[in-house]
Amino acid sequence: MREYSIIGKPTPNVDGPAKVTGEAAYTIDMTLPNMLHGKILRSPYPHAKIISIDISKAEKFPGVKGIVTGKDSPGGRYGLWRRFRELSDQECLATDKVRYIGDPVAAVAAINEEIAERALDLIEVEYEPMPAVFDPIEAIKEDAPMVHDDFPSNINATRHIEWGNVDDGFAKADYVREDRYVLSPAHPCCMEVHNSLASFDKGTGRLTVWSSTQSPYFLQQGLADALKMREGDIRVIKPHVGGGYGGKNSTMPDSILSSMLSMKTGRPVKIVFNRDEEFTATEHRTGQHMAIKIGLKKDGTIVAMEVKTITNGGAFTALGATTLYLTGTFITMPYKIPNYRYDGVRAYTNTVWGTSIRGFGAVPAKFISETQLDRAAHDLGIDPLEIRLKNAVEPGYQAPGQYTFESCAIKPCIEKMRERAKEKWPKLAKDEGIGYSAFAYMSGGIFNWIDTPYAYSSAHIKVNIDGTVDLYTQASDIGQGHNTVAAMICAEELGIGIEDIRLHLGDTAHTYTDLGAWGSRETLMNGNAIKDAAGQVKNKLIEIARLKLGENIAYDLVAKNKRVYLELRPERGLSYYDLVKDAIKANDGVPIVGTGHYTPHNKGMISPAYGMGVMAIKVKVDRETGHVEAQDVLVVHDCGQVINPLGARGQVEGSVHMGLGYGMCEEMPMDQGMVLNPEFVDYKILRTRDMPQIEILDVPTYEPNGPFGAKEAAEATIAPTAPAFANAVYAACGAEFYSNVLKPEKVLKAIREKEAKEKATSKAKSN
Amino acid sequence: MKRELKIVVNGESYDFYIEPKTLLVQVIREMLGFKGTHQACDSSSCAACTVILDGKAVKSCSILALQANGKEVLTIEGLADGPKLHPIQQAFIDNWAFQCGFCTSGQIMGAKALLDENPDPTREEIQSAMDGHICRCTGYNMINEAILDAAKRLQAQKNSQPQKGSRSAKSEEVA
Repeated sequence: MREYSIIGKPTPNVDGPAKVTGEAAYTIDMTLPNMLHGKILRSPYPHAKIISIDISKAEKFPGVKGIVTGKDSPGGRYGLWRRFRELSDQECLATDKVRYIGDPVAAVAAINEEIAERALDLIEVEYEPMPAVFDPIEAIKEDAPMVHDDFPSNINATRHIEWGNVDDGFAKADYVREDRYVLSPAHPCCMEVHNSLASFDKGTGRLTVWSSTQSPYFLQQGLADALKMREGDIRVIKPHVGGGYGGKNSTMPDSILSSMLSMKTGRPVKIVFNRDEEFTATEHRTGQHMAIKIGLKKDGTIVAMEVKTITNGGAFTALGATTLYLTGTFITMPYKIPNYRYDGVRAYTNTVWGTSIRGFGAVPAKFISETQLDRAAHDLGIDPLEIRLKNAVEPGYQAPGQYTFESCAIKPCIEKMRERAKEKWPKLAKDEGIGYSAFAYMSGGIFNWIDTPYAYSSAHIKVNIDGTVDLYTQASDIGQGHNTVAAMICAEELGIGIEDIRLHLGDTAHTYTDLGAWGSRETLMNGNAIKDAAGQVKNKLIEIARLKLGENIAYDLVAKNKRVYLELRPERGLSYYDLVKDAIKANDGVPIVGTGHYTPHNKGMISPAYGMGVMAIKVKVDRETGHVEAQDVLVVHDCGQVINPLGARGQVEGSVHMGLGYGMCEEMPMDQGMVLNPEFVDYKILRTRDMPQIEILDVPTYEPNGPFGAKEAAEATIAPTAPAFANAVYAACGAEFYSNVLKPEKVLKAIREKEAKEKATSKAKSN
Repeated sequence: MKRELKIVVNGESYDFYIEPKTLLVQVIREMLGFKGTHQACDSSSCAACTVILDGKAVKSCSILALQANGKEVLTIEGLADGPKLHPIQQAFIDNWAFQCGFCTSGQIMGAKALLDENPDPTREEIQSAMDGHICRCTGYNMINEAILDAAKRLQAQKNSQPQKGSRSAKSEEVA
């Protein structure tokens, strides 16, 4: 282990004082002088032609200042796919037809929200309802209604992954099993709803948008495409964000329509979704049908795997096509699978659309593969941890043409789990069970659908005369604690304190590009960019120190504890603060600056590094009611060098919470395209009484691609949670599940089915 | 018809004429500008908007402002003692008890009402009292730990500032 001054030490959140006093301003808290409030008129039909829109009555309503319909649309199409333009399939407002219940057809700006809302009722839209399609399997049939008329079919995207020889692999297997699953959609449920405040400057024709977003740069691009403007004429500012979880990557109608209304009225316009809109018209975790076939040797060695999926994409692409691909890759991790084939299809349907919610495709993937692996282990008489250990990858493992694990401690993690689980749970009571699931996840994605020529992350550092450091970056803290990580990495590299760092964030006008917070990318990618920038500044200070100390070689000098000194003779050194003054004086009075960047190169198809580990959940099943209590969770993981143990723990805790929700209660039933539970009253999120305590053990490694050896610690643990939970129920009572939400009625039914099957078998035997 | 609302918020008296349908959260956020109180649902089911009304935690989205007429409201902005954070606030920071921070004001106000009533709660009592609060980031465990920690800090603070009743409490202890 390397010795650090700041890295690895529990560090309170740099945003703490603002967030506990109510001073942290979120977009929803912001107003501007002369500001109007916008509301959106949405389609009540899942699929219908727009015959006419009459806004004359609404326009005359006192207090209404502007209305936009499809006719006002600048005509740009947007999405996150500049490289594959056909997938940028969203338009500012529905023009010819609507594609889901909730599709925006008009928007009103008024002096207050109430008037805007009342004016919506006065807009007369004549629709001609069309046949609609809601199920992805129906949608890809030849005679299905077309969701996008300009697309060749409802097949929005396909992904094929293959290595080895799958048919040969299955031929060599002693045991083959095939299972089919249906996974239900789930919603990210950010506590701060989508909302934006747009201000168009009539004089310059430039636009400023404050928005609750995960990626200011994606939003700047999306707005530029939608409004047909230059990116440089749009300034996006991301204040504090009340949660993202994947749901705030895409450009959404709140930002586009507030911009259009601001351009039309010449006044700032704010649009805030309500919770109903949040559920019915923002992005969610995709529901999907999956089939998985696995072949094993008698000893539990996996020889082949084949997976097929068809996902309910909904009306638009968003990041769904990449989610489809990642489902196909994460499902193989962290195991050696010599022969593998994946075929994924994402179908357009007339429902609200899905995207890359926390776990980016790994959540359904791990649910099916880890529950199936448990049943296979059971059939072969192998211990669940033993079968995972047997197939686990080692450092340097390559999935042909796909990914390489550099730092990798999955085997030590499983061994540690075995030891600790035995100690923690020496005996189980009746109807109790322990379920396991292993996992691995990326540290930021190597995807460039947005076709950016910019570095994936960049950071700029300016050192002032008093030694304070200004750090400018677009990297997004959406709650995960990246601001603290950024300050820690900067301070460590410069050998100074966190209190010396000032952060300047999330404003496209004043920061260098970073692609935002998704795919657990900020620690590794932005961390590398910050370390690069700070390293440049440090080298300038070291050079001054070398000259002043008369040393021959700069390599012997280190920056630590606010000094630059000789590593082997620490008494020979200079104060950081004095060096900064000298450096700036020697630089004609210009502050010392460094601009760092990071873009992964030659790191496979997915990510430069992977976090991984194994999870155990202990449950107790009530056989009378079907209620399952999640009693205890144990996580053993390898996330490289932990930067901030407080933040890393917070990420695991939160992932387990959302993962348990996916396994126990969170679902979005739809009927004819209508979301049936669009409020927290009916959409069940686990409360504090439902949450078990979580023990987390680290198996540290040093990741060569990460800053100070760090890698992902954020999203990985959501994916194993639901399968570990289902496996625990399986261990407790033998009930098998082929879908994710283990509600009491479902558990009860599975128990009854199992009992009936056992009765029938024993009857058959006795006969 | 507008009605008069006399209300004390964070120690200051205010007098408004408001529509009877006005919610307490609207007075707090829109009329007084205390934006630390957040609203995260439209169905009274998340408790993000929790404030303290005459000593009791209430969801300010589910109360008419006129129901608070003549009463005292404490919001997150009134909790710190000038520049000095309240022990619950400090405990939330030290225990990483928030992430995005959007529900945090409500959580802290809920915790304050709980600890005022029960200064030494068990984890189960905390979970029971705080069950109405949705947090989408933390998974709650670190919030519960912060509240347990805050209880200790408040107790220590109380012990270090001897007050009127402290002698009798001590003599009871001796007895």
